[in-house]
Amino acid sequence: MIHPIPPGTRDILPDEMRELRRLQAALLDVFAERGYGEVATPAMEYDEVLSRGDGRSSDAAYRFFDGSGDLLALRSDMTIPIARLVSTRFADAGEPLRFCYLANAFRVVRPQRGQMREFAQAGVELIGVPAPAGTVEVVEVLEAALDAAGLDRAVIGLGDSDLYRQVLAEFGVGIEGQDAILARLATGDLVGVGLELEELGLSEQQQQTCLALAQLRGGSEVLERARELGGSAVERATARIQETYDALVARGVADRVQIDLGLLRDLGYYSGAILEVYDPAVGHVLGGGGRYDDLLRRFGVNQPAAGFALYVERVHLAQAEESRRGGES
Amino acid sequence: MTSGVAAAHSAKVDGPLKLAVPRGALFGETLDALDGAGIDTAELRGDSRSLIFPGEEITLVTMRPSDVPTYVEAGAADVGITGKDVLLEQGDRAVYELLDLGFGRCRMVLAGRVGDTSLGESQRRLGMTRIATKYPRIAEQYFEASGRQIEAIEVKGSVELAPLIGLADGIVDLVATGRTLEENDLEVREEIVVCTARFVANRVAHKLRAAEVDDLVARLRKATEE
Repeated sequence: MIHPIPPGTRDILPDEMRELRRLQAALLDVFAERGYGEVATPAMEYDEVLSRGDGRSSDAAYRFFDGSGDLLALRSDMTIPIARLVSTRFADAGEPLRFCYLANAFRVVRPQRGQMREFAQAGVELIGVPAPAGTVEVVEVLEAALDAAGLDRAVIGLGDSDLYRQVLAEFGVGIEGQDAILARLATGDLVGVGLELEELGLSEQQQQTCLALAQLRGGSEVLERARELGGSAVERATARIQETYDALVARGVADRVQIDLGLLRDLGYYSGAILEVYDPAVGHVLGGGGRYDDLLRRFGVNQPAAGFALYVERVHLAQAEESRRGGES
Repeated sequence: MTSGVAAAHSAKVDGPLKLAVPRGALFGETLDALDGAGIDTAELRGDSRSLIFPGEEITLVTMRPSDVPTYVEAGAADVGITGKDVLLEQGDRAVYELLDLGFGRCRMVLAGRVGDTSLGESQRRLGMTRIATKYPRIAEQYFEASGRQIEAIEVKGSVELAPLIGLADGIVDLVATGRTLEENDLEVREEIVVCTARFVANRVAHKLRAAEVDDLVARLRKATEE
């Protein structure tokens, strides 16, 4: 008898599971060595609580009523549940909190796109350490995690989620116009960004500045090139990134960091630094993170925070590709 | 350890860049644009049945235009060229759209039978219009944005047939010259959007092969602006 499972879910069999467990153990070891305590939270929470963290992601969740008529939802990441946990149990901690997790999360996907509805994430949350020190620590842990996974060629993109809004505000673009451009930028539609900028009636030079910024990615030289574009918003954002980058260099962990001024993650809670992880062997982003200094305030705790999450299955895939490649050469 | 970023910027990370070339209506102009950008397309112009054309700098891979976002999103191709119509219809594909190449200019239109009033009539009487199309998502979004409800009927072949034999009240389709519409006694009622060929890139390739991708964009921009 064949009994189907929903598309976007899967079974894991012993051969793969052995490898996954090894990878998971390696990642959790890295987190533990650096003082991050592992936590678990329920896969389902009250919808009202999850959507407090990010109203936009709530429309991507699986929702259902329980026996007493309460609306529940499956978590779509671990950052919001941990923000909920911190505000409920550690509101008066008074010192930095370090948590890590290995957990499954759930997202709505379109069928036949090879996307998973249920996927495993491994990551950390650092609460109570502001930028740049907190960002630097998180990048350092991420680097160690990638090393532990054996992804020597992996690259971490470092951007600033406030850059565009501030540049556009400086050019006199209202919130509505900013939203339209950010929406295009988040989906990588640079042609559309160009059209929106034109429609907003920005000067030729302002348009060029915005489009050039979105394409600036590379080593520390891109900050130089950004400054040449001028403006105080660019100045402030590049100063923020420079500060973080210099601290990474000082700690000897800037090698695999790529500065990327076009980086924009479409989750609603980021502020300041944002991170994305790539490996040349796979075409998908392996993970991401950044700062979310305002997220905890939505849960009633005023604490800066930063973190990252790696998609465990994709990291595993990259591992396999890299070792296959290593075997060939 | 070697520097990941240095590797990403200098070395050819994993062999030549793979570029997805659309067969079909965009094929000729795509090859012209690539020639203009200094990429040799002579082999593709021959009658070879091959799908993959290896080159030193760039490997060209030919496929249906509607498959280009699929291959590029997954990173099987690093970059590619396809129509905006395809990108709109597959709007949830995570690819970077880097350049409007300007050629392959077409209009996405709503069309109905000449002199036929059933488009407006069914909307008024039934509150619903039946639209046959190869682009159900574009059609649904367009009508939704204008507050009208439709039943989108997806067909794969000649869409013009649908209103002629009663499958639908009208069609949403891509029109270049309008001759096919005319020959089938159909006329344009509304223009939805103008579509041209676009240059797209995989999200990871855009970051890790930045120099190569940017260089290619610059060369294609120059070639298509002339």
